[in-house]
Amino acid sequence: MTYAAARNLARPTPQPAAQPAPGAPGGLPRLLPGRGAAPADLRSHLERHGRPPYRGQSARLIPVLQESGLTGRGGAAFPVHRKLTAVIEAGPRPIVIGNGAEGEPASDKDKALLRIAPHLVLDGLQLAAEAVGARSVGLYLHRGSGRPEQLRAVLAERAAAGIDRRPVEIIDAPARFLAGEESALASRADGGPARPRFKEPRVFERGVAGRPTLVQNVETLAHLALIARYGARWFRSLGTAGEPGTMLCTVHQTDGTRQVVEAALGTPLRDLLALDDRASAAGGSGGSSPWASTAQAVLVGGYHGAWLPAGQAARMTLSNAALRPAGGFVGAGVLVALPADRCGIAETARVTRFLALESAGQCGPCFNGLPRIATALDELAGPRPDPQVRADIQRWAGLVQGRGACHHPDGTVRFVRSALQVFAAEIERHARGRCTAPGAPPFLPLPPGAPATDADWS
Amino acid sequence: MSKRLRVDPTACTGHGLCAELLPELVTLDEWGYPILADRPVPRGLGQEARRAVTDCPALALRLARSS
Repeated sequence: MTYAAARNLARPTPQPAAQPAPGAPGGLPRLLPGRGAAPADLRSHLERHGRPPYRGQSARLIPVLQESGLTGRGGAAFPVHRKLTAVIEAGPRPIVIGNGAEGEPASDKDKALLRIAPHLVLDGLQLAAEAVGARSVGLYLHRGSGRPEQLRAVLAERAAAGIDRRPVEIIDAPARFLAGEESALASRADGGPARPRFKEPRVFERGVAGRPTLVQNVETLAHLALIARYGARWFRSLGTAGEPGTMLCTVHQTDGTRQVVEAALGTPLRDLLALDDRASAAGGSGGSSPWASTAQAVLVGGYHGAWLPAGQAARMTLSNAALRPAGGFVGAGVLVALPADRCGIAETARVTRFLALESAGQCGPCFNGLPRIATALDELAGPRPDPQVRADIQRWAGLVQGRGACHHPDGTVRFVRSALQVFAAEIERHARGRCTAPGAPPFLPLPPGAPATDADWS
Repeated sequence: MSKRLRVDPTACTGHGLCAELLPELVTLDEWGYPILADRPVPRGLGQEARRAVTDCPALALRLARSS
């Protein structure tokens, strides 16, 4: 994994002249130091940003967050000030947990942020805890990723320097796709398996230990830490009026390289991915074509996201306002350009099998439906599939949608339905016994090793 | 106050009793899991709905305030 500073991606939208606080960094990147720079240790972090600007009282930060327009960067884009307010209103003794569990195999951004700029995340965690009046603070990190050990050392350093007002407990997350789901986090923090729970009552009302629980993605906390210092207008000086600020993206190019890039919301996708808007809607060129490395389609929003034809994606920007009407969303910033010399159906089938195996196995429609959909996609990925298979997939997709405790079934069918649409020409080819990429090596990343088992949830 | 049937999908084990007791509001999918009608419990079915809730072997069914 590499990291690009992406200074060239700064595209401030015309807005009333911002008057940033003194010392506020201009342009990009905001969260990560420049390309080739070393990870920020405590000294360099304090030189650049100073100590966390505690407000001395709960709730004071909330109007600033409201004005900034910051939304959650874990994928759901929920307004941060509303979540904080809801936690305060839900009752006394709230808990705050930073969510660094990044189970999406195609996403690197939270791991990169924690590795390179841990102090911003931890500043944000302290400031969020102060804002809701929480004494109990946790940080949820994947076991085996090296992050728990690293963050324990960083926390010890901050404790010695007297920076943190609340001790932070590290909570281990298993390496499962759904482990970072908010209610799965709450279950794990209670000492149970990291499986999603039924959503009533909600985590913010009664989460960990039955107490109101604020869960924020680690990137969201890093933005919060900067907004607390440099203000809402500074934050809004990049991004769009409706979706202000920047976000970290994990960008996968057609040559198989992946990079974490910080980009302003509203950045054209073709500035992030090599896209040719003259490309055909999907597929069409064989492995020997001179266009072999051209993108045929773009996956936005990761494995719960949607495929878009490359030509359509090339005209879009990194924003929910642009992507939602096309069935996509920015999610946690995963962008994958699928090369023209791969089979989109085979890729989708492989990932759908993974998603089926990552079902928590709790909700009947999910654990019955997803494996059937995956098997049907396997058939569709082969030569001359049964003509009934597509109708089966659509029927099962309808049966699982909206019937899980979490969004896993909904996200999976969004991904699958978009594939049936965007790779329709490929499906026709398979019906005639042909394929764009018979036997091509896999493109979309999946975790190495054997599929997870039922024992891996805690 | 009108009420609506809700199912906790993590608790439901697909016994199907709810569909037997309350076929007007509950059908079963092809795997035996309940599909609830997207409307409040009508006046005349309140007793049947309460019985479906109390008799669910998995205690997965509940009556919630209609929203």
